[in-house]
Amino acid sequence: MNTWTSLILMIVVIYSVRMLPMILLRRSITNTWLRSFLYYVPYVTLAVMTFPAIIRATESPVAGVAALLVGLVTAWVSGDLFTVAVSCCAAVILTGLFI
Amino acid sequence: MRNNNASYFRRGLRVGIPISLGYMAVAFALGISCKSAGMNALQSGFMSAGMLASAGEYAAVTLIGSCAGALEMITTTIIVNLRYLLMGSALSQKIGPDTPLVHRFLLSYCITDEIFGVCSSVEGNLVPSYAYGCTLISAIGWVAGTVGGVLAGSILPAWLVNALSVALYGMFLAVIIPAARKDRFIAGVVLLSMLSSYLFSAMPVLNRISDGFRIILLTLLIAGAAALIRPIDPDTGKPCVKADKERSSS
Repeated sequence: MNTWTSLILMIVVIYSVRMLPMILLRRSITNTWLRSFLYYVPYVTLAVMTFPAIIRATESPVAGVAALLVGLVTAWVSGDLFTVAVSCCAAVILTGLFI
Repeated sequence: MRNNNASYFRRGLRVGIPISLGYMAVAFALGISCKSAGMNALQSGFMSAGMLASAGEYAAVTLIGSCAGALEMITTTIIVNLRYLLMGSALSQKIGPDTPLVHRFLLSYCITDEIFGVCSSVEGNLVPSYAYGCTLISAIGWVAGTVGGVLAGSILPAWLVNALSVALYGMFLAVIIPAARKDRFIAGVVLLSMLSSYLFSAMPVLNRISDGFRIILLTLLIAGAAALIRPIDPDTGKPCVKADKERSSS
């Protein structure tokens, strides 16, 4: 298969994975367990994706740990997405200056 | 209403800035992989605009590079991106009941780990314009980064790419930590999720499970158990606990 055909095929598949639940689950779900499950999905998914990946994202794990700690503190205090993200980046740059 | 939409769109753009920067850094590396798999800048940019997915695109580049067949492309794409099915299910419930269907089709495109995180963190129903603003600026960063990576693989200094690579995780923390602060049960869920994720990445045998599957498996197990232990109140759609007085976000 040529590259363009492959790309279009995979673009259609990935869009379908995202679109199907959005279209099929149009009504409010009444099942309490299912609703509760979906309520907790973002917290679990995002937590699983963050740790330990954040520590391995940078070249040195020390910088990753610094980013994690700074992220935890700023998220606790401010909770603003932009502030927390920039603080994490700053933590990595500052750590890089000292090690 | 129109003013309202424009203001939500602008707020989405603002919250999308760090996503966009983080995406650009990650996409740079992706662009370099595209080039070594024999893809040109136009194809790489088209892929990034069409898929808007990190792990999904890495898998796609690998498949194209190894001349995989159509069936393998379809199954791998479904498996690697299956978490979007869960996110789509969660997001489907966050859209107001009177929202026209076209928004569901458009919002489907916006489901990435980061944009989903941002959309989940808004109080009440999601206003589509907010997601569109956030997605527009994020997608620009993602596509620009990919094309840039193909054209000029090593133009950004390493220290900057290194620093930008944690931006996305910082955003995730900004979604889950404030919720954990307000609600001890969610704090427990978050802690358990992180510990399990670490165990899965460090233990023999378990660490052979791919990132995509680990996310799906742990989400099903932990969110499933949490829903059994503390179901939400069917009327309010929130857990039946006395939450701390909410801080105003402005």
